[in-house]
Parts: sequence; structure tokens; C-alpha cells
Amino acid sequence: MAFKQITSPHAHASQNTSKVMQLVVWATVPGLIALTYHFGWGSLINVVLATATAVIAEAAVLQLRGRSIAFYLRDYSAVLTAVLLGLALPPLAPWWVVVVGTLFSIVIAKQLYGGLGYNPFNPAMVGYVILLISFPIQMTTWITPLALLPDGVSHPGIIESLSIVFAGLNPADGVTGATPLDSFKFSDGLLVDQIYAQNPLFSQAGFAGVGWEWVNVGFLIGGLILLGSKIFTWHGPVAMLGAIAVMSILFWDGGSSDSPGSALMHLFSGASMMGAFFIMTDPVSSAASNRGRLIYGALIGVLVYLIRAWGNYPDAVAFAVLLANFAAPFIDNYTLPRTYGHIDRRRATEKEEDQ
Amino acid sequence: MSEVSVAEVAKNGLWTNNPALVQLLGLCPLLAVTGTVVNALGLGIATLAVLIGSNTIVSLIRNHVSDAVRLPVFVIIIAAFVTCAELLMKAYTYELYQILGIFIPLIVTNCAILGRAEAFASKNSVGMAAFDGLMMGLGFLAVLVLLGAIRELLGQGTVLADMQLLFGAGASDWVMRPFGDSYSFLVIVLPPGAFIVTGFLIAIKNAIDNAAKRRADAQRDAPVKGAKRIRTTGHIT
Repeated sequence: MAFKQITSPHAHASQNTSKVMQLVVWATVPGLIALTYHFGWGSLINVVLATATAVIAEAAVLQLRGRSIAFYLRDYSAVLTAVLLGLALPPLAPWWVVVVGTLFSIVIAKQLYGGLGYNPFNPAMVGYVILLISFPIQMTTWITPLALLPDGVSHPGIIESLSIVFAGLNPADGVTGATPLDSFKFSDGLLVDQIYAQNPLFSQAGFAGVGWEWVNVGFLIGGLILLGSKIFTWHGPVAMLGAIAVMSILFWDGGSSDSPGSALMHLFSGASMMGAFFIMTDPVSSAASNRGRLIYGALIGVLVYLIRAWGNYPDAVAFAVLLANFAAPFIDNYTLPRTYGHIDRRRATEKEEDQ
Repeated sequence: MSEVSVAEVAKNGLWTNNPALVQLLGLCPLLAVTGTVVNALGLGIATLAVLIGSNTIVSLIRNHVSDAVRLPVFVIIIAAFVTCAELLMKAYTYELYQILGIFIPLIVTNCAILGRAEAFASKNSVGMAAFDGLMMGLGFLAVLVLLGAIRELLGQGTVLADMQLLFGAGASDWVMRPFGDSYSFLVIVLPPGAFIVTGFLIAIKNAIDNAAKRRADAQRDAPVKGAKRIRTTGHIT
């Protein structure tokens, strides 16, 4: 009889990296549909362009590093990074913005650190932040949501969109405009009620901001699907969204001109939902244990609110996630789970005589 | 201490033991002022002059200063030369002096200079110490200028911008803009760009060294298969 020694984990799921990555890519579809419906073809072009760039860049670096190209491309991690970056970038951004951001994500933030599993920072967010710092004009030009376009103006069609992206054609007047978070950041001393009354982004909105609320609902749906498929646990997203809600309720001052906005507005604006379900849940760069992820998520939520309310940038998910990535190993160090069979929490590397 | 050869000192300073790429000393000016070639050149030349001067003087007094107080003495000597360099820059290249600002006095704290005083000049003859200062300074200057050129080109899309700060008014039209007037890639101009570009330069240097080592290994005779040695430690050479 053979007594084979098998190490833990003993329970196997049918998941592997490739399947998980593909599922996460598919789960972005509701958000992508909402983005495309409200903001035109730009996001779709971003995603396709970023994916093509990412696959080529990943293959090139794997070739240089002497690794198996087919094996590593098949884990779909490069595709997922590219899709997330493409979704985060402003629609109809010039093609070189997308390409440069993707190259930084894949080559510098991921492969130079050793590839999937070794990157201390979320690659898509590194690419995004480098773009945001380098090209502030292109990165803060957003498209006006469909419902608010001026009469007689529509979003550019697919051919026109492609020529805007690749040939540098300027979109028609009124096609670009402010986002809800921009409106609060640069409100020129208006009371919250006045902003809501005067700014059509809010006065025509269902509950948070025209277009944006549905984009966030789209990512929320995708995120809940992933949560249901047990791709990640609830700890991180709930802690992050909870922290944003708590912070915006704590600092809600009844609607003065200094007010950074209501909790509902913050939860369903900008990249809140996408950040909570698709960005911060990256298992490589986040904290590892459930307790750790509660702290990690709350840290991101608090940072998002602080930067949105008092920082220089209207949205902050990328900065907050990168700062929390810095903190993740530190959080892990203090949130060691108890090893099965031991009373106290111990590090796996601790020796018997050290205890 | 046995005397080292001139060729070895030169090779050490410029390549094998380059202060910026191998010892990673003096990173503060390296990262802060290499946004353009002219800034890098200005600070590099100042550092070079200070390094030659301090190495010479340290070597001259090496047998007259007790070990206990040697470091403060070295620092004072270096500070004296830095003050000279600062006053000279103030006199002749005032605009560049204003741009480089605090980083000129901060040459005092450049570990590459104190490191050479302690590791080389205090143990070698005057001529050799001055030559070591020259070579180390040139190695540092070369990396500064290369970094400045790369960051200037990638960051603001210019080559040889603002050279009039160092070479007089005639140099103001040396500037070239290969990518057009509106090009800018801010992250390369900012400190993160300095870290990233420095990292790539170090990687390129290591790649060149590794390739050279592989070539040398390939030319060496292969060890005879099955040959035995008693008590082998380390590689068979």
C-alpha cells in the first residue's frame, strides 16, 4: 500500500488562475455596457486597445525573460489588467495614452517585479496613476453622459470615435464635460442644494449623478456575481464601501458650500464600485487574511474620502489602492490568522524554540 | 598598502565601481537635479572639482591626522571645496546656481566624496588620490549627464535645452525638439522618473557585465570530463 504524503490544502475547487481571471473579465461586462451606453464607444475602444497592447507587451517581456509565452499568456492576468485599465481611462482618450499606460502596467509594474504573483502594486492602478500625473489634461477630460448632451449633439459614432482616438480629431462641442466629483471639487462656493438644483448632472439624476450611478450599479452587479462565485470574500469590498459611507456621513455638514457631498453620491460616483469589487480585491497586492482585508479595505475607503474631500484630485481610488498596497505587508504582519492546531497566532516561519 | 595601478583606478571609477551605478552613492543629487543635461552637467562638474580637490588634500594630510578625528577633518576639507565651488558658480553661472539651489551646498553630504576620501585618498599617494578623484568624478558625471539626457528627451522632449546657462548666450539655440513643441511626459521629469530611468541604467550595465562574463567563460577551456580533484572548493577554473 502506498502512503502518499499530500500537503494542504486538501479541499480543491475547480478553479484555477486562468478561470478566475476570465470570470473577472466577464464580470466587468455590466459596467462596460453602462459605460458604453452613457458615454459612447470610447471605453470599448480603450479596452480593446489596452488588451492588444498588454498581450503583445507581456509576450515580448516573457520572451526576453526566457519564460514560456503560451503558458503565462493563458492565465489571462495581462488581459484582466488591460481591461481594468481600459475601463478606468476616460473614454475617447488618445491612443498613445492607453498604450503608454498599458506598457507601464505590464512591463514596469508587473513583469519587472517578477510577473504575476510578485507585483507589490496593482499593475492597472500603477499605469493609471502614471498617466494621471503625466497627462493631466487628457486624463481629466470626460465625456458628457448621453442624457445631458446638448440638443442636436450625439456621441460620436464608432468611425468618428476611432478617428478621435487615433487621428487626434477633436470631439464636437458639448461632448466633453465635468463629472459629479469634479462638480463638487470645483463648486465655487455653491451650497449643496444649489449644486443639485443648477447642475443637470444632479438635477436629472436618479440618486447620485447622471450616467455615473448606472456605471457604478453595473460594476456593483458584476462584483456581486464574483462575490457569489466565491472569487473573493466580502471583507474587503464591504470594509471599503463602509468606510466611504461612514466618512461621508461623519463629515456631512448639512449641505454647506464646503461640503464634500453625500454618502450616496460618494458610493455611486467615480470609481467607488469598480475599486471596491475589481481593483482592491486583487489577491496579489492586497492583504492576505480576512481580518487583514477588513483593515486594508477600510484604509482604502478612508483614503478615498480624504483625497476626494481635501486632496487635489477629484477621484482617489487609484492613489488609495496604491497607498494601501504599500501597507498590505505591514497589515499582514499584525493580522496573522491562528494556525489550525495552535492556540496562539504564529508565523509559518517561526521556529519551535522561538515561541 | 600596496600601490594600485593607474589603469585599475581608471577602470574602477568609470565602470566596475562607478559611484552612481554600482556603489549607489550620491543618489540625492542624482535623482534631484538630472531633469536636464545642463543641470546634470553643472552639478557633475562641481562634484568632480570637489572630489579632485578633497582627495588631493586628504591624501596630503593622511599621515598627520589621527584616526580618531579623521572624519570631521575630511568633512571640513570637503566643505571648504564645496564653498569654493558654490562661490565660483555664483560668480560665473548665476542662473544655473539659482536653479540647482540647495543641491550645491549639499555636495558636502554626497557620500561618494567622503567615501573616496576614507576608502582611497587616506591610504594612497597624492598623485594617485587626485587621479582617483578625477576618475570617480568622471564616472559620476557621465551617469548624471546620461540620466539628464534621457530624462530631458523623454520627459520634456528636448535635447540640450538651456545650454546658455553654462556656455553663454551663443548656446541658447542648441536646443532641439525631436517630438514637436507640445510633447511632455511629466512622470519622467518628476523624481519617480529618475528612479525608473536609474533602474534601467543599472540593469543595462549589469546586462553588459553579464554578457562580457559569459563571453569570457565561453573562451576558457572547458574542464575535462571525468577529471577528478582532491578537495575541490569553489568552481573549477
